[in-house]
Amino acid sequence: MALLNFLKPKNQLEEGGRSSAPVQRDAGEPEKKCPNCHKDIQLSRLWANDLVCPCGYHFRMKARQRIQMIADKGSFHELYSDMKAENPLNFPGYHDKMETVRAASGEKEAVVCGTAAIGKQKCCLFVMESYFMMGSMGSAVGEKITALFEYAVERHLPVIGFTVSGGARMQEGLLSLMQMAKTSAAVKRHSDDGLLYIAVLTDPTTGGVTASFAMEADIILAEPGATVGFAGARVIEQTTKKSLPKGFQKSEFVQEHGFIDSIVPRSGQKNYLTELLKMHDGRATV
Amino acid sequence: MSGAPYERVKLARDSKRPTGLDYIKNIFSGFMEFHGDRRYADDPAVVGGIARLNGRPVTVIAIEKGHTAKERAWRNFGMPQPEGYRKALRLMKQAEKFGRPVVCFVDTAGAYCGVDAEERGQGEAIAENLLEMSTLCVPIISVLIGEGGSGGALALAVADRVWMMQNAVYSVISPEGCASILWKDSGKAAEAALSLKLTAEDAKSLGVIERILSENDIGKKVFYDRIRALLEEELRELSKDVELTQNRYDRFRNLGVSAVSKE
Repeated sequence: MALLNFLKPKNQLEEGGRSSAPVQRDAGEPEKKCPNCHKDIQLSRLWANDLVCPCGYHFRMKARQRIQMIADKGSFHELYSDMKAENPLNFPGYHDKMETVRAASGEKEAVVCGTAAIGKQKCCLFVMESYFMMGSMGSAVGEKITALFEYAVERHLPVIGFTVSGGARMQEGLLSLMQMAKTSAAVKRHSDDGLLYIAVLTDPTTGGVTASFAMEADIILAEPGATVGFAGARVIEQTTKKSLPKGFQKSEFVQEHGFIDSIVPRSGQKNYLTELLKMHDGRATV
Repeated sequence: MSGAPYERVKLARDSKRPTGLDYIKNIFSGFMEFHGDRRYADDPAVVGGIARLNGRPVTVIAIEKGHTAKERAWRNFGMPQPEGYRKALRLMKQAEKFGRPVVCFVDTAGAYCGVDAEERGQGEAIAENLLEMSTLCVPIISVLIGEGGSGGALALAVADRVWMMQNAVYSVISPEGCASILWKDSGKAAEAALSLKLTAEDAKSLGVIERILSENDIGKKVFYDRIRALLEEELRELSKDVELTQNRYDRFRNLGVSAVSKE
């Protein structure tokens, strides 16, 4: 089967709905406005389509919803779910903020880690959570991701990671910064053992996560239209006082500049990852 | 040791402080500068090459801010482009091949943030350094001499020993940036500097650095002689370490562990 088939729209809705019959709308069904095509889409349809608008716009997705989409049914076994960051610097307001975010998101930290099967291929999986302080990396995120790579080394497993992050978590100061070095060292060990690591960059992947494990994968994929960069676009604009090029820091732009292997829409990701895992099967079972 | 954290930040940024090249020229002898990343360009914000430390060949790399206005502009105020980090890594790999230890002097507000830097993969360049430095088979000592600005500083500080001058600062974000993001008020930078725990003493108590270097007689011969002696002694110790890369792994592996609880 040609790889390109994975990228074909899987239904009319995704194709743009051009050939589909007019939708019978239930009065009062909640809708969401797409920031790209500015049309209102029924939430139920959006959910049924993995939060992708018929126009192709990829809405942000919660980590656990993404795991449900990517991992084979019932295959995900979570690791390190008990780990969470304390307030090591006694940073003002951090404790309260974490309590609020934990209650609102239902997560203890900004990454969910575990083992899973994707198309029957066993792997380690981490998915960062944009609804938890925009996926910022503090000590717990760094610890969980490092531990997952070490786990993958012990069991000779590939790692698949979905990144979304505003960068290092400033409320943990230098300890957050050090997680960049710590996770990178774990990625290196995994790599030196001949094991496969695939990163899927989702909107937004920036700052210290871009400057560490997001850009260290053997194969770097991204979702369409995802912001991928190191420095924030607004900061760059203010610092350089120049207007930014069209599409700046979008995944398509970053791919054009040579830093992304392939842009894979959500609907094709599971098949794409399955095929990649199969192609590296020998390496994963040495 | 002097002053509140934000006063330290100002001191660390003072253009009269010795810069990376001052350290290289006064501590080492016979410095030969090597240019370029062999990929795109030579970044004047990063200086590197080989020199002798009391006779022993070492690879030295420094982020250079420059002193005069003209120099500082040419050095991009010590904010490296991706090519700067790639040049540094090229020289470190060369050091590894020839069994030379590496000494880095770090002084930057941060990696340069600009459209061109993004286009040429600033994030990827830093990431690559973090990755490769973690297993480099020769001793690495990094000395933070002024500003240690986030990932742009860390990209030259994945080392066996990290030292800080007593008035250097090391932080995940500038106090101004932190204040403007968290409190929408960059005027609260002093408050942010205090909360970020960015002084040398803070870094030491967090386990991020091993040693604080005195700034007595800063810029004078005795000052550089003192640092030379410390570097010599430390490199002698590190060269005997048969578990060098394992110990480097553990050094970073343990950072932040005590900030994580399990319930």
